[in-house]
Amino acid sequence: MTPRRALLAGALATPFLGRAGRALGVARVVVVGGGYGGATCARALRQAGVDVTLVEAETAYLSCPFSNPVVAGLRDMEQQRFGYDHVIAAGVRLVHARATGVDATARMVQVEGAALPYDRLVLSPGVEMRLDPQPGALPGYGADMAERFPHAWKAGPQTLLLRRQLEAMPDGGTVAMSVPANPYRCPPGPYERASLIAHYLKTHKPRSKLIVLDAKDAFSKQKLFQAAWAKLYPNTLEWVGLSNGGRVTGIDPDGTLQTEFGAHPADVVNPIPPQRAGAIAQAAGVSDRTGWCPVDPVTFESRLVPGIHVIGDAAVMGAMPKSAFAAGAQAKVCADAIAALLAGQAPEVPRLINTCYSLVAPGYGISVAGVYRPVNGQLTDIEGAGGTSPLDAPPGVRAQEAAYAEDWYRTATTEAFGEPGAAGVDGRR
Amino acid sequence: MRILGLTLAALLLGAAGPPGAASCTGCHAAGAGIGVLQGRPADDIAAQMEAFRSGARPATLMNRIVRGFSPDEVRALAAWFAAS
Repeated sequence: MTPRRALLAGALATPFLGRAGRALGVARVVVVGGGYGGATCARALRQAGVDVTLVEAETAYLSCPFSNPVVAGLRDMEQQRFGYDHVIAAGVRLVHARATGVDATARMVQVEGAALPYDRLVLSPGVEMRLDPQPGALPGYGADMAERFPHAWKAGPQTLLLRRQLEAMPDGGTVAMSVPANPYRCPPGPYERASLIAHYLKTHKPRSKLIVLDAKDAFSKQKLFQAAWAKLYPNTLEWVGLSNGGRVTGIDPDGTLQTEFGAHPADVVNPIPPQRAGAIAQAAGVSDRTGWCPVDPVTFESRLVPGIHVIGDAAVMGAMPKSAFAAGAQAKVCADAIAALLAGQAPEVPRLINTCYSLVAPGYGISVAGVYRPVNGQLTDIEGAGGTSPLDAPPGVRAQEAAYAEDWYRTATTEAFGEPGAAGVDGRR
Repeated sequence: MRILGLTLAALLLGAAGPPGAASCTGCHAAGAGIGVLQGRPADDIAAQMEAFRSGARPATLMNRIVRGFSPDEVRALAAWFAAS
């Protein structure tokens, strides 16, 4: 904590009454979900002098950012793992339990075996895969199928299963990926994964192919990805968009992906399923019919249930994409807004930035950025700002952006978990 | 006078900083290899940002970010980071 923040935190902790008639120093904020959004928010609330409890079922967090290099064998899974020791050391009370429900009238979060009272609740639950028979799921892709044909869209055992399947595939085999329609976690993520799988195949199994079946015709950083693919993976990676029959309509028990235009059998199948806000958002009643959680763009308070804030991938508030960078930025804005609300002050109208790096090969990074402000109740792109890396940048710029991606990872993990993650991507593997 | 004005502006803005500050630290936090903003002279931060805007300083990303902020907003951010 800087001296200035410490001074303010001290001042805020002295008992003066907030709008809710409760001194800020004893107001209780509960944060559910210990990922990039929730852990960053809990630490920022604590820095602002707020009493905060973080509810997280797992004893460690596995980072999705930089998990595509794990799939491609460029990095180890242990480098994705973050514990909560530094979060606890920062003064956050940690409850290792699954939050199962919310009583918004009584302002209580139900966790396994207990109920936690709150004055304000922050949900940062991330995404849940829509698996068959849930509505909106890819037909045939249920929980049992996901064990055999991993989506790997949450870092964990699925990530390593997909990697092992790629390693076990003979040279000359076919890998198939399916990409859902928007919105989903990490818009450029499927294309980074496709790039790095293609890199793996080109390096280790050069007679193999990757086909990417996409429910969209347009995607994030498309021109940059496609230019890189034409240069780096012309004989390895084939992308099929919506208008060429890329939309996957079902999966057979043997993993064959079906489209309206034909069947795509493959040796390794990686279906990325449609998604929705994490389970606790559904249980708390903060998600709407789309499965996502509409929130106010200044406070990130739910449009549906007062007193509950939603940040990160689960929330929708306009043009900001679902990224770990966005979750961290929203977490800090939300924490500041809650501190203001508890002190009976009006929250500042925020400005938010998103920056998202993708690797198309080791040492070859590209980025997209956006700057957002609230307009008519939605976070809206500021015209003229943001955009993607230039299409004609020299290799030095691509290398620099790959290095900046690693810098971002170290900073984001420090802000969330209090320790910098090891960011290395080993291109020699 | 100028420095005094910037410092006062920083003091008035409080712990959260001016709009955008919470996003800047998504990359530029303490210990970041990418460069730390806290404690750097306000005039230096503001001058670098304006150089990104004009193209005088080559950039990979900051030229795209700075266009989301007016020169006045940049100065407020610079003053706050300098004082924090």
